Amino acid sequence: MYALLSSIPYWGQTILRLIGGSVAVLLPAGTIVYLFLFKMMSFMQSRLGPMEAGPYGSMQLFAEVGKWLQKEDLMPERADKFVFKIAPLVVLSSTFLLVVVVPFGPDAWITNFEAGVFYALAVSSVSVLGILMAGWSSANKYSLLGGLRAAGQLIAYELPMILAVVGVVIQAGSMNLQNIVVAQNAGSIFGWDGLGNPYLLTQFIGFIIFMIAVQAELTQTPFDMPIAESELVSGYMTEYSGFRFLIFFIGEFATAGVFAFIASVLFLGGWGVPFSWFGWTEINDVDNWMNVGGPLIMLTKMLGLVFIIMWVRFSYPRFREDQLQRFAWKILIPVSLVNIVATSVLKVAF
Amino acid sequence: MTIIGDRQQLAYIASQAADARVNVELETEGMTLNIGPQHPATHGTLRIIARLDGEQVLWAEPSCGYMHRGYEKLTEVRTFPQVTALVNRIDWLGSFANEVPFILAAEQLMEIEAPPRAQWIRTILFELSRIANVSLFLGDLGVQLGAITPVFFAFRDREYVLNLIEGATGGRFHPNFDRIGGLKDDLPAGWVDETRAVMKKMRKFCDEIENLLFGNEIFESRTRGIGVIPRDVALQYGMSGANLRASGVDWDLRRDQSLPMAWDKVDWKVWTHLDGDSYARCWVRLQETRESTFIVERLLDTLPSGPVMTKVPRIIKVPAGEAWVSTENPLGEMGYYVVSKGDLGPFRVKIRSASFNNISIVPWLLKGVYVPDIITILASLYFILGDIDR
Repeated sequence: MYALLSSIPYWGQTILRLIGGSVAVLLPAGTIVYLFLFKMMSFMQSRLGPMEAGPYGSMQLFAEVGKWLQKEDLMPERADKFVFKIAPLVVLSSTFLLVVVVPFGPDAWITNFEAGVFYALAVSSVSVLGILMAGWSSANKYSLLGGLRAAGQLIAYELPMILAVVGVVIQAGSMNLQNIVVAQNAGSIFGWDGLGNPYLLTQFIGFIIFMIAVQAELTQTPFDMPIAESELVSGYMTEYSGFRFLIFFIGEFATAGVFAFIASVLFLGGWGVPFSWFGWTEINDVDNWMNVGGPLIMLTKMLGLVFIIMWVRFSYPRFREDQLQRFAWKILIPVSLVNIVATSVLKVAF
Repeated sequence: MTIIGDRQQLAYIASQAADARVNVELETEGMTLNIGPQHPATHGTLRIIARLDGEQVLWAEPSCGYMHRGYEKLTEVRTFPQVTALVNRIDWLGSFANEVPFILAAEQLMEIEAPPRAQWIRTILFELSRIANVSLFLGDLGVQLGAITPVFFAFRDREYVLNLIEGATGGRFHPNFDRIGGLKDDLPAGWVDETRAVMKKMRKFCDEIENLLFGNEIFESRTRGIGVIPRDVALQYGMSGANLRASGVDWDLRRDQSLPMAWDKVDWKVWTHLDGDSYARCWVRLQETRESTFIVERLLDTLPSGPVMTKVPRIIKVPAGEAWVSTENPLGEMGYYVVSKGDLGPFRVKIRSASFNNISIVPWLLKGVYVPDIITILASLYFILGDIDR
């Protein structure tokens, strides 16, 4: 497969990667919106959700997109026009930059980057810039409050997320996401290698912290003060409508999907499944069919993780801003530091 | 008058300027935030003008009257039976409860009393409107704090209660069912059994909300110790209803005054809470909803037979006099001071609605809280805009 890819000219590879990246962002976003936002939320709230557009409302998403595209492009008179326009694009671009390092199969990656984890955590912060830009440029007090809240919150939760990942990096001995996948699937639990060694088992605390931090990064419900529709109307998105709002909307759910991809790479064994790696110990042994099966496996794992994110979102009330900061600095960071120390001690011991 | 030399004066000005410079550098700019009249959290058109320092409220003031409909004035050009159609719309979620005190005041002036069956049915419908009203509060509470699911449960289960009210009165929101001297109609067939079934459902709904919200750590941390109203402050501001009972005042007009209603005929409990914070107010309302379902069931058990209307003249003229009747409505004490000059309609009606007095504590309560707590406090005070502006 790798040979096949390298036989394609460079422009062909680029086009393939662009298509692959777009699919990897937009397909999960659409699936998440339909499956979870439209249907799961409705079932949890004892209603049916969209039923008219297409069978079981499956075309509803297209109807919504069409509606948003038709809307007037409103902009506050006193808004900082240029910043206002590019803010949603900055948020969405962080999602696209993030998906670039996620491996979907032995060769199904967009770029195989040595410091992949480092890069992913770095570019995930770009969305903060976009949110701050949106909040500031809207010339709206609610937007400004929302933007500032978002900035404070995302900075506070960046740190536990990084610290949670450090445990995985120590255990895998690599920052390359592909190598982390291989280390998990080729690993063994006390000599038994049927299951591989998904870091969910050894890094369980790290996984919990990572998921909480993801929830906060995505500004989903227990941590959704930047949007807080009952306090700040819609936070930094208050003044956005039409396709700019659509971009924010896609960005929100696509980022949920991409973060779930990264979580499944780091903790759930990536594109491998239990018992699939019998006899394979390194990446070159892996069959080509994993390039087709891998993305599907990743999609399944992603949906499982997003289910948890959405489940929490639909059933929890939200924290207050200061409680959220206290939670990050007083609980999550100390716990993740302890986790790092324990991981490194055990790594040296075994 | 002291003479200041040029040099001294210049030095003084320079020091002042230096002071000013330092102060300007340290000062942060405040911001005035208008919460409302169009804002998702004020469920209606209440406007809160808040002066903020960062996220902290320096002072806040409610500004009401955006929905003033002039019901007190309108009653003067209506006949007595027509007034119920107006007062229905004061607290629109518990409409039937608004009619009762006015009708009781009119009956008091005419010195008649509704027959026992009418009293019982009035009380049952009164409690049903309380359940319909407060169950929406319990759902809305979640939305205000960011949990979107409870409100759908609330709307789903409130529908059963509204169906009952519609079944008995013909109107879901504005029953207009109370008449001077009794009720318009008797209960329809099968209504009693259905009500029993619905009361079971409503208790299940209360359990559901209790599990979903009241047991949740985030909910507790958002509401406990937020917006504490001490007992004496609550009394000074003239609060009433669950807001007062949550501050530890054991005061319930259903129990404390004798009206020709059926509350004193059955056993029930007045719930109070000592904390006086937002959690206590929500908790008291939850318990009261559950208690109301028991009241309804016990009243159904003892429902007397007989007519639902006494003999009243076809054209009702209320004798001259003045009467004050207040009842424990879902939102608190609601009373009517009716002055009659012996005409077809009242000469003057003063409406004492609960929410207007309940939100008068807002400036005191919001001082120094954070912006998210404004929403918690307003949600837990629970007002209906129609009840404030009338």
